[in-house]
Amino acid sequence: MHVYLDNAATTKLDSRILKKMLPYFEKDYGNASSIHALGQNAFGDLMKAKEKVAKLIGGEANGVIFTSGATESNNLIIKGVALANRTEKKNKIIISAIEHPCVMESAKFLAREGFKVEYLPVNKEGLIEPTELAKLIDNETILVSVMAVNNEIGTIQDIEALAKISHQYGAYFHTDAVQAIPYLKVDVKKMGIDFLSLSAHKFYGPKGVGVAYINRKVKVKPMIIGGGQEDGLRSGTYNIPGIIGLAEALELAYKERAAYLKKVTVLRDYFWKKIQKEIPEVRLNGSLKKRVPANLNIMFGYIEGEAILMDLSYKGVYVSTGSACSATDLRASYVLKSMGLDKNFLNSNIRFSFGRFNTKVEIDYTIKALKGTVKRLRSFSPIV
Amino acid sequence: MALNYTKKTVDNFLKPKNIGRITNPDGYAQIGNMVCGDQLDFFLKVEKGKIKDVKFLSFGCASNIATASVMTEKVKGMTIEEAKKYPWKKIVDDLGGLPHQKVHCSIMAVDGLKKAIADYEKNIGSPKVVKKVKAIKPVITKKAKPIVKKKVVKKKVVKKLK
Repeated sequence: MHVYLDNAATTKLDSRILKKMLPYFEKDYGNASSIHALGQNAFGDLMKAKEKVAKLIGGEANGVIFTSGATESNNLIIKGVALANRTEKKNKIIISAIEHPCVMESAKFLAREGFKVEYLPVNKEGLIEPTELAKLIDNETILVSVMAVNNEIGTIQDIEALAKISHQYGAYFHTDAVQAIPYLKVDVKKMGIDFLSLSAHKFYGPKGVGVAYINRKVKVKPMIIGGGQEDGLRSGTYNIPGIIGLAEALELAYKERAAYLKKVTVLRDYFWKKIQKEIPEVRLNGSLKKRVPANLNIMFGYIEGEAILMDLSYKGVYVSTGSACSATDLRASYVLKSMGLDKNFLNSNIRFSFGRFNTKVEIDYTIKALKGTVKRLRSFSPIV
Repeated sequence: MALNYTKKTVDNFLKPKNIGRITNPDGYAQIGNMVCGDQLDFFLKVEKGKIKDVKFLSFGCASNIATASVMTEKVKGMTIEEAKKYPWKKIVDDLGGLPHQKVHCSIMAVDGLKKAIADYEKNIGSPKVVKKVKAIKPVITKKAKPIVKKKVVKKKVVKKLK
């Protein structure tokens, strides 16, 4: 049996989405920048996709910029906004301590360019207290960037409150909402979000396509220049099959939201209840309450995370230690570190992320497999 | 990223040899710690200058377990002097290679073994072959703490890889 419990890393493409994408590879393959009919048909579908996405996130269609994914979106927004809006008096950006590496690295790039970069701490629950932002922010701040949902621990941040504080100081607000679909009802206008990043493959769409939502009243320096697509904000031939897939996947995610949330919540709660009952010395990392229902990040005392992951992998159960990007990186998770997790527990954590295609039979199999794995590894741990 | 373990590494991770404790060992050592993310404990039984039995415990990743497993298999039956010289490279070869970011596991295994041998020699008083022991400097001094040692080990790996 194969059980995929790494849906925060990527999701399986929903076959209904694939069906919508397929005609754009062989039949409607025109370049949306071409003036002839085939090209203009593609351009029409591109515009419809923008409108669809804009409607679903409560924004304007001309603010929807399609990219190659959230890494590009985050690079464009963080670097592009900072570089385009820098003045003698404004030279600072604020990000949280638990952002994805692509936000961290973009901020580090800006620091090397002479920007002042400040980091918002998180509490033991993995949550950012808006009062912490109030302490760090000032009139020099150009941009505040805080992820809506953390990739490792699934905690949900108070985006509205953080955006409000940012605006009080004349700063723009960006959120990396990659892990938030469809858990949060994103409404950029209502929530005060100026910039937002999305990636289709996190919500059963294709890989290689994302959105940078941009408040078009704000100047942004493009990162990829060339043919001037996306109003010059992102050059490169429009990835029409991907864009169609993203828009359809986003629509489907919100259309089926209620049933989906119920499903993953039931599976997650059942799993966690069983684990606590059947495996001793386990602990949950991060708030259970302010967390997306698809995520569990669990500490298994006295054994090492990667060994758990590999042992489960040979039983056909696919999970992750923290985030997939850091799997070859031997350093412990900076997310868990910044939450103040005891250093003796930093290397014993597994992220389980549930999704659309998981079943109760799979969860039962995983619990059984996990019990065996933990028992085996603990049998020869020098710590116990 | 590539993290492909050979079949032999996987086998030794899933069914490690010589795993467990030895009660009243002649030599014992712990190397690494759980803060760094890997720890090995070695237990030795020595008879007539030969390693009669060796066992280990592990808090570590798949390759941490696999490297200690193949090493203990090879050094069992060796003389103390032979075991002291057992090279980490041999472990990597035995496993048919290790991902580069996991090579430090093999170094940690041999360093742990040497540390356990040093403990054995301390326990029995002056070693039998005085000349040889003088010639071979123990890699791990007794003063060195596991954390410090780990840093040294990592540096070695980096040098080797470059």
